[in-house]
Amino acid sequence: MTTSQTNPLGPGYEGVAGSETRFRDIFRDTLRAEMIRDEDVFLMGEDISGGFDKDTKEPLDAWGGPFAATKGLVQEFGPERIRDAPISEAGFVGAAVGSALTGMRPVVDLMYFDFVTVAFDQLLSNAAKSRYMFGGQTKVPLTLFARSGAGTGHAAQHSESFYSMLAHIPGLKVVVPSDPYSVKGLLAAAIRDDDPVFVVNDKKLINLTGFVPDEEYVIELGKGRYMRRGSDVTLVGMSYTTVACQKAADQLAEIGIDAEVIDMMSLSPFDEDILIESVQKTNNVVIVDEDTPRASMASEFAAVIADKAFDYLDAPVKRVTAPHSPVPYNRDLEIEFMPSAEDVVGTVKNMLGRE
Amino acid sequence: MDISKEKLEWIYTTMYRIRRFEETMLEQTLKGNSMGVAHTSDGQEAPPTGICAHLTDKDWIGSTHRGHGHCISKGLETDKMMAEVFGKATGQCGGKGGSMHISDFSKGMLGANGIVGASIPLAVGAALTAKLKGIENESVGVSFFGDGASSQGVLHEAMNLASVWKLPVIFACENNGYAEATPSWYAVSAEDISARAEGYGMPGVVVDGMDVFAVYDAAGEAIARARAGEGPTFLEMKTYRYHGHFHADDTSKYRKAEEEEHYKKLDSIKHFERTVSKQKLMTEKKMKSIRDSIEQEMLDAVEFALSSPMPDVSTLYDDVYVNYSNPIAGLR
Ligand SMILES: Cc1ncc(C[n+]2csc(CCOP(=O)(O)OP(=O)(O)O)c2C)c(N)n1
Ligand SMILES: [Mg+2]
Repeated sequence: MTTSQTNPLGPGYEGVAGSETRFRDIFRDTLRAEMIRDEDVFLMGEDISGGFDKDTKEPLDAWGGPFAATKGLVQEFGPERIRDAPISEAGFVGAAVGSALTGMRPVVDLMYFDFVTVAFDQLLSNAAKSRYMFGGQTKVPLTLFARSGAGTGHAAQHSESFYSMLAHIPGLKVVVPSDPYSVKGLLAAAIRDDDPVFVVNDKKLINLTGFVPDEEYVIELGKGRYMRRGSDVTLVGMSYTTVACQKAADQLAEIGIDAEVIDMMSLSPFDEDILIESVQKTNNVVIVDEDTPRASMASEFAAVIADKAFDYLDAPVKRVTAPHSPVPYNRDLEIEFMPSAEDVVGTVKNMLGRE
Repeated sequence: MDISKEKLEWIYTTMYRIRRFEETMLEQTLKGNSMGVAHTSDGQEAPPTGICAHLTDKDWIGSTHRGHGHCISKGLETDKMMAEVFGKATGQCGGKGGSMHISDFSKGMLGANGIVGASIPLAVGAALTAKLKGIENESVGVSFFGDGASSQGVLHEAMNLASVWKLPVIFACENNGYAEATPSWYAVSAEDISARAEGYGMPGVVVDGMDVFAVYDAAGEAIARARAGEGPTFLEMKTYRYHGHFHADDTSKYRKAEEEEHYKKLDSIKHFERTVSKQKLMTEKKMKSIRDSIEQEMLDAVEFALSSPMPDVSTLYDDVYVNYSNPIAGLR
């Protein structure tokens, strides 16, 4: 056990008990804790039992689930609650919605974020709308999670970050953890929430470690946080781009630019106040998003800032995003595709008229 | 046996080419020369070979994440395939697709596909084009997919469509017993997936997918039906993948050694060699010369891929559309 040095939790939390933990391990531990806490929580997804022994029919947990996110859970909770699903995303996401409508709290592993589109109708037409169109009679306490992001050579159909498509839908909530601390609090909050919540985990985060407090906690949905305080420019990150923003802030500090870094954590609802508060102080803002730019979260945040903090801006709001293209396979092209700390630094320098 | 000498040579060449391409590609991937994820199909040479033996460049096939065998059977060149896996500019898709998206529209190959089940309706669409143009007799659609993909709703919709519209389609299910680590006995509710064909008004046939002659015969019948305007057929070929689900997968965590050995005894290439030797249809000398030429082809393919240039970074912004008036680089 160590105590927190940097404090992902904000001021006042120095000295909290906890440890350096890998993203995927705390994800699994949180899932486990929530399953123990509430018997109605159960998990479904492809390959989460990792095969079965031909003779004994016992689950083998060969991969520990996709991305090793559920390692050991099938042995502990059994195949009823860790429910391995055939490759039928539309079917099992729809079944999860039906189960949520009738009293359970399903959690769905959709493996790669790209596969959400196979089940999209169930999310859009059933999960998101049931409560509203049935006049508030019912609720959909459903949680889904999947891995987004480029950078692993998975090419166009396994690398999407289009969380803006989900955030666009009234009735769905969307969260994007950026480190082990935030995934613990956001996953727990998502599972306990009575609305459908999608937890989008960037693949590049899964093997990273970070400080996680031992105590049980939830992070309120719709709240952002300050990763770093600064006075010259606000860098807005979400998911893995929060990591890029922090790197950029380090590089900017070397040339005497004092950047503030915000991690949005939630995309719907999202924290308008933190954006406005920060921009009122720094008067400059760069939003960094790995999603493609048209109709994106970056654009949405820019619109809110333009609407509510226009008078505080010294320069136009800048967005550093992926290009308007699918994700390429070749590594050089893929690196070019992803917004980097260097892209952010360049944008800030331009904005502040440096060099 | 009712197969010409030339066809037999083509079959042996194709199966051996698939086997050696996969082994070579895997070796290169583990060496770090590939740029991403690769799925091998060695062990499963018979289904694509036996089926594509009946096809020409005017026929279309849809493929999967495990698509190299389909590509090779449809006549794609192994040097450009290897270069694509290596992410090079000379690759089949200029390095933008990779292993999971190799395609060649000049050869009737609609592309490997990373979304399980997603290519099935594409082959149906190709067959629809043939029907609309009145060329069913020379352009059928074959959709390759796995046991895992048979659980996707889109297969069922595509089968019904193909039957309702009486399209020249072959649903070619390669049942290798597993979807990732999940066995088909767990995930598929039918003993034979092909039994489902009856419900969609088409013949469903179980074929020994380790026996290229059995696949060749069953496919011949199905494709003849399609070309004659008699509609779709479902072929379920029971087969086996020798390596892991993807390049870094360890099969010993979910498959028994006895099972793997059992299928190695049924090896489709060895079975071919035994059969043609016994029936004196091809000499060992001929087979050796085919194998030798493939070995050289693989060395050349690796050399070609290694020595090829990377794509220019500006190609990132090419081919998102045919034309588009906003800049693709967008907000940068
Ligand atoms: C829609 C979708 N869901 C899940 C996956 C992840 N995935 C890739 S291959 C695979 C197994 C496919 O099994 P099968 O169809 O039997 O083909 P095989 O791998 O055995 O060739 C899965 C689940 C995917 N690529 N697309
Ligand atoms: Mg399979």
